[in-house]
Amino acid sequence: MRTLEQTTQEVLDLAASHFHVPAGSLAPGDDFFKKLGIDSLQTLEMLSRLENHFGIELPDYEVQGVSDFKTLAERIQSRL
Amino acid sequence: MKSFDGKTLRWEWREGVIELTLDHEPANEIGTAMLADLEQFVAAFAALAPETSVCIISSARKAVFSAGGDLRELYATAAAVAAKDRPAGVRAFLGRIHAVMNAIDEAPFVTIAAVHGACLGGGLELALACDMIIADKMARFAFPELRLGFIPGFGGIPRLKRDLGNAFVRDLLFTGRTVNATRAHAVGLVAQLAGEGEAHRIARSTAAQITKYDSVTRSAAKKFIKPIPREELRREIDLFCELFTRPAVMAALKKFVEDSGPMPYLP
Repeated sequence: MRTLEQTTQEVLDLAASHFHVPAGSLAPGDDFFKKLGIDSLQTLEMLSRLENHFGIELPDYEVQGVSDFKTLAERIQSRL
Repeated sequence: MKSFDGKTLRWEWREGVIELTLDHEPANEIGTAMLADLEQFVAAFAALAPETSVCIISSARKAVFSAGGDLRELYATAAAVAAKDRPAGVRAFLGRIHAVMNAIDEAPFVTIAAVHGACLGGGLELALACDMIIADKMARFAFPELRLGFIPGFGGIPRLKRDLGNAFVRDLLFTGRTVNATRAHAVGLVAQLAGEGEAHRIARSTAAQITKYDSVTRSAAKKFIKPIPREELRREIDLFCELFTRPAVMAALKKFVEDSGPMPYLP
């Protein structure tokens, strides 16, 4: 099973790939809305990307108020 | 008329298949403009039917099929009239929307919603009116209406209940959450899953297959397996109008309209 560190790195890599930013340019503590300048439709896309990659369902209410990659990874980890 | 270019959508007939493309900034919201274009579209059904086997509905907008009802227009229209007059205006609008959705639901040809991106609220209701949904793996579906203090009002609940099991219907409605296409396929909301960006191509391939069969038999089969839940649809309008009179609804709509945060489509 993945560790939280592995999950966090995969989230960062997926986000970088999905939003076409350089790999390694995102950090766990980054606010993804501010860092990536994404809107709600792009957020939903990212949610699908994450769910498909990790093979989980991640209800939106579990990520409400979450804006950094580390906390997002923790939410994902709890579903693995 | 074999093609139409409207303000919010366009469609074209070719070799027995109509391709209708929603294209209304920013997210194909269904308000009075799209309603007018859809009314023109369904008015053409009788003329198109003899030569049409399938209609594919898709979106030209990036990352979205339709974000649902035009909440900004709804709020502006409602705010411009006295509270006591709002239900009548909403009822009139819903009556027109339901007429369009019912016409699509019982269209004299097979209808396919080729979905990518967000398919929310009224957008999901439009997809549900179709005979099948083909969705790419990045698509997401939701009924977020309870978050605003009302229920889906474009016929979504009766159609969802017609097609799916109650556990999923209640989860979707009571949580307002989005579900991905894989889950939607597993519960039977989505007929076929497509790879990213492939929903339209697969819809065309499916349409080509459907076109091979006798149209009279197909129409008879469609009427047999897909009853329109008319009484429930009427009750849905009544319940929506009743809930809409509550002050909390206008407050929630105002908050949505004024929200500059990153998640306005899921208030």
